[in-house]
Amino acid sequence: MVANKPSPEALNQKHKQKIAIIGGLGLLMLAVFIASVSMGAYHIPIKEVLKAILIDKDGLNRNIIWKIRLPRTLVAATTGICLSLSGGILQGVMKNPLASPNIIGVSSGAGLAATITLVLLPKYAYLLTPMAFLGAFATTLIIYILSWKDGVNPLRMILSGIAISSFVGAIINTILIFFPDRVHNTLGFTIGSLSAKTWIHFHLMWPYAMIGVIMALLMSKKINILMLGDEIAASLGLKVEGVRMILIGISSVLAASAVSVVGMLGFVGLIVPHMMRIIIGSDYRYLFPASALFGACLVMGCDTVARTIIQPAELPVGIIMSILGAPFFLYLLRGGMMNRVKGK
Amino acid sequence: MLKVNNLCLSYEGIETVKNVSFEIKKESITSIIGPNGCGKSTIFKALSKSKRLDSGDIWLQSKSISKIDSKALARRMSILPQSPIAPDDFTTRDLIGYGRYPHLNWTGKLHKKDYEIIDWAITETKLEKLQHRKIITLSGGERQRAWIAMALAQQPDILLLDEPTTFLDICHQFELLELIKRLNQQIGLTIVMVLHDINQAARYSDKIIVIKDGQKYKEGKPYEIVTKSVLEDVFNIEVKVFEDNENGCPYFIPIKNKAVNNEYVEKLLRECS
Repeated sequence: MVANKPSPEALNQKHKQKIAIIGGLGLLMLAVFIASVSMGAYHIPIKEVLKAILIDKDGLNRNIIWKIRLPRTLVAATTGICLSLSGGILQGVMKNPLASPNIIGVSSGAGLAATITLVLLPKYAYLLTPMAFLGAFATTLIIYILSWKDGVNPLRMILSGIAISSFVGAIINTILIFFPDRVHNTLGFTIGSLSAKTWIHFHLMWPYAMIGVIMALLMSKKINILMLGDEIAASLGLKVEGVRMILIGISSVLAASAVSVVGMLGFVGLIVPHMMRIIIGSDYRYLFPASALFGACLVMGCDTVARTIIQPAELPVGIIMSILGAPFFLYLLRGGMMNRVKGK
Repeated sequence: MLKVNNLCLSYEGIETVKNVSFEIKKESITSIIGPNGCGKSTIFKALSKSKRLDSGDIWLQSKSISKIDSKALARRMSILPQSPIAPDDFTTRDLIGYGRYPHLNWTGKLHKKDYEIIDWAITETKLEKLQHRKIITLSGGERQRAWIAMALAQQPDILLLDEPTTFLDICHQFELLELIKRLNQQIGLTIVMVLHDINQAARYSDKIIVIKDGQKYKEGKPYEIVTKSVLEDVFNIEVKVFEDNENGCPYFIPIKNKAVNNEYVEKLLRECS
């Protein structure tokens, strides 16, 4: 801070520090991944896990890992990546810290489609994921159109989102009241659950996740500029409306692909970007990779706990997520605020 | 250099700017003045292409800005809004770096030349000692300088400022206007600014444009604008105009608000009692 001439080393050091954090999160993700595959009703030592994944062609370990745990853990990781990026994008685009995939109607839309499928048309339950995806995407579109008036005003979009979500919530509850015997069908979906997720689910998700991650990383500098306000962004030559629309689109595809498979886990999308912002700052070029990695860690970790804590039964991951995630988030939030005050 | 022709703009269906035309000369300082809600900020929005024109057009040199690509326009014109915002943890230098955005290719990577321009913008605005501080820790005046530095890093030919001195104390207002004047004289930056303080406009501008009710009321040199008749008509105040021999410009003091008629007030008071 004393140096008048900007020392490139100092700037570089800041950059290196952030890259190191991201690298650390990458290693953490790997560790959680292996732990998640290794732990469960039947414990498989880490050495056996690696052997089963890389070398074995057959056998009990190979079957448990390959057919049950690996796809489930991969779905968990992808869910974390999708929802965290989606939330991070929305918080930037809306310039509102409360923005999360729920705001743009993804959760409620998926929820309605899922309820209709599971309760009214149980014969077509196998169509749950595509239906939920369509529901999520259609709701986002409706909210976007409703808040369009000479451009989309973020605050109007948030308020429309809340209104539509509550409206859709009422429809869901009405359906459930008329079919009380089928309510339990939807419970896993409304809380968010990873049980019985297989390769099919993973294959449904990963293409969206990959496109989303690539797009998000490519757009990160543009989001940074959007955070300077619409007027400055326009003055810097950014096509504000167009960029905002693309970003909301990416975000809804990401969230819809996750929510349609695992159910309403939108909370991840709210807290992970905030946690990472406290740790790595609000520059989206670092925030995106950090959020994606940590989101994966968090969902995989919580699912591991959900599977093992009350064996042989298991809890939906959404419950663990809120019970563990919320206090941890509050702790970071307080700590972050303290540091910010002290740091000045 | 910048030419506005018969500009009409509306906001939520209500026509707010009607048939406004003016021309900004290269390397000049122009101030736009007018009562609150007269349409000044709306004109600024149209200039940055963030508002659709109902009719009319805006020319930058010999090209309509609707035909200039956003990034190319940003390399020639920069617009600072009234109270810009930045994320809490961005440093002054980070912020100024974003001024290079319209010059970067899709990778968004800053090169040696960009760093040199950022350094230059920092030196011009005397922010050397503050460049690694976070924006939120800066004072109002310093922050305003940081935004101007960001605009400078864009290397524009023309800089538009919307009420740059609002929220600043008199010392920082003066400092900022002196900075703007210096940039105009030293690097030939064309300046257009919306000002509320007419005395400041008179002192620092080559030309003043007066907007009233969405229309251009008058434009001219400070001596033509800061007159009893114009100010009384536009701002509804009775004024006394003096000559500032020190700076070679006119200045005025308000005497009373013409809207409030004393006889009328007295009559009201009588009726109440």
